[in-house]
Amino acid sequence: MTTATIERPAVHSSPAPVAGAATVRHIQRFDRPTRVLHVVIMVTFLLLAATGMPILFSDAAWGRALALLFGGFTGAGLVHRAAGAVLLGAVAWHVGNLGWRAFVRGERGLFWGPTSMTPQWRDVVQFGQQLKWFFNRGPYPKYEHFTYWEKFDYWAVLWGTAIMGAAGLILWFPELAAAFLPGWMFNVALFVHGAEATLAIGFIFVVHFFNGHLRPNKFPMDLVIFTGSVTEDELRHERAGQYERLLRTGGLTPLIVPAPGAADRRRGHVIGTIGLTLGLLLFVLILQAVL
Amino acid sequence: MAIRFAVPLAAFILTLSGAVVVNAEPAAAAVKPPANEDCLACHDDVGKPFASSIHEAASCVDCHADLSTVQEFPHSEKVAKVSCAACHDEIASQYRDGIHAWAKEKAGLKMAPSCADCHGRHDISPKTSATSRTHKNNVPATCGSCHEGLAEHYNQSIHAAVLKAGNAAAPTCADCHAVHATQRADVPSWRLGVAAECGSCHADVVDSFRRTFHGKVTELGFTRVAACADCHGAHEILPASNPASMIAKDRLVETCGSCHKGANEKFVQYDPHPNPRSHARSPLLWWINQFYTVLIAGCFGAFGLHSLLWFRRERQEKRRS
Repeated sequence: MTTATIERPAVHSSPAPVAGAATVRHIQRFDRPTRVLHVVIMVTFLLLAATGMPILFSDAAWGRALALLFGGFTGAGLVHRAAGAVLLGAVAWHVGNLGWRAFVRGERGLFWGPTSMTPQWRDVVQFGQQLKWFFNRGPYPKYEHFTYWEKFDYWAVLWGTAIMGAAGLILWFPELAAAFLPGWMFNVALFVHGAEATLAIGFIFVVHFFNGHLRPNKFPMDLVIFTGSVTEDELRHERAGQYERLLRTGGLTPLIVPAPGAADRRRGHVIGTIGLTLGLLLFVLILQAVL
Repeated sequence: MAIRFAVPLAAFILTLSGAVVVNAEPAAAAVKPPANEDCLACHDDVGKPFASSIHEAASCVDCHADLSTVQEFPHSEKVAKVSCAACHDEIASQYRDGIHAWAKEKAGLKMAPSCADCHGRHDISPKTSATSRTHKNNVPATCGSCHEGLAEHYNQSIHAAVLKAGNAAAPTCADCHAVHATQRADVPSWRLGVAAECGSCHADVVDSFRRTFHGKVTELGFTRVAACADCHGAHEILPASNPASMIAKDRLVETCGSCHKGANEKFVQYDPHPNPRSHARSPLLWWINQFYTVLIAGCFGAFGLHSLLWFRRERQEKRRS
């Protein structure tokens, strides 16, 4: 989900299985900070949606009840602001971390290259190949570290957080904002906050849930964002471009990690199930209000 | 044989019905209650107002029920209180829910009004009659006989001016304050209902209010934020063009500042009644609305189709394997 996930040797490298052994090899995909970042975004996003939806759908039958679940107007407002602050902080940390890695540590390939989140011509080509594959007119594209839909998700979160955060802060501190902004910006901020929320909620609870978890090959969920690794087989099938590059450059061996433990997998299942269930539940409420 | 039984039976039924109607003792059925002329023989001052009242067809003892059995005149100085509830029970029950009944009966405020204070006594006339105390034009004066200061405010308001100009739709006291079950204006149920009340005339304005943060929070049933009267005033409501209005240009900082401490000239450029669907009212919001409509429809349309195709393809794959 983030650029912090580019291939770096696992910190806790344990003796890797000998090449050619019969055991299933696991390849690191998301490092720990990235996994934590995803959980933070997940929790704050759900809280923001649940406490913001009563306002967005104030005429829905469930509006007041949902707000009362968080202690009414005051309680829901507090939770909403706190979750918003944490989410803004998390995204700011991510951007700051990227800057530090790129400009202080001089890490290469963050903003361009095969493991970058930056949209590239390759993504356009692969989108076309994916469409052909949908209609059995071609093979599955040889994806690199990030696919085009993953990049879309990533930039949607980054862009969305920036817009939602800016609008949210104006609405949070209107008297302060009026020191340098005209009052009609409150109108703009409220409208944009609601419209962007509709977009984000719909996108995450439907498109991201489907792409990442609910489609037949992943159903009911993809644990990689919680455990951090995929099997070699999975990598070869789903990201042939990345797999072949790693074999070619000898980058695969340093990424080999021990198989995720049963406890890690269970924790991933629990967190994932709660997140998916709550998200779909909120989406059903929206459908009830809209239809 | 039949007649022999019929007479006592009729007497019995009469007795019963008499008991029901005037709640008198069974024996009273035999007693003829005083006629209106009997009463007016002494109470000649009541005759004229009563003759022109809505109750003119009723007899005195319908209301003064305790006097229906009186045989000797003059009757005792002590007469029972008239109970309007005996006929108007629904309205009486509304009244008992209201602040006036509470003040009179529970809080001991003896001057708080009951029926006669607003409707009059022998001269009660319907609110459709121009001279009635409860006729729309006279309601402010009727309420103002106690709420003198508020009536003064009201009489300077745009609503009073419109009413005087002959627009019967203009609200007076009773239109906003439920007339019999009058509530305090600071209880949540009243604050939450007032937008709907204003909306019964100002539909567009309330519609746009409902789209704002103030309106949405109010609609959810929480009273922390501004509703109509907080910005426009209640009794003294005036159009923005009047410099005395709470929403006059020069008073906005003060009005918004009553909740938003530190509000300044820039702050009050906020539009509390925007309409993103109207280019004339909110051109900028209209454009933003267009942008997001296209963006949201495009995003969900494209990715919806993408997901459907993907689902179909992966299902095929799973079936084959």
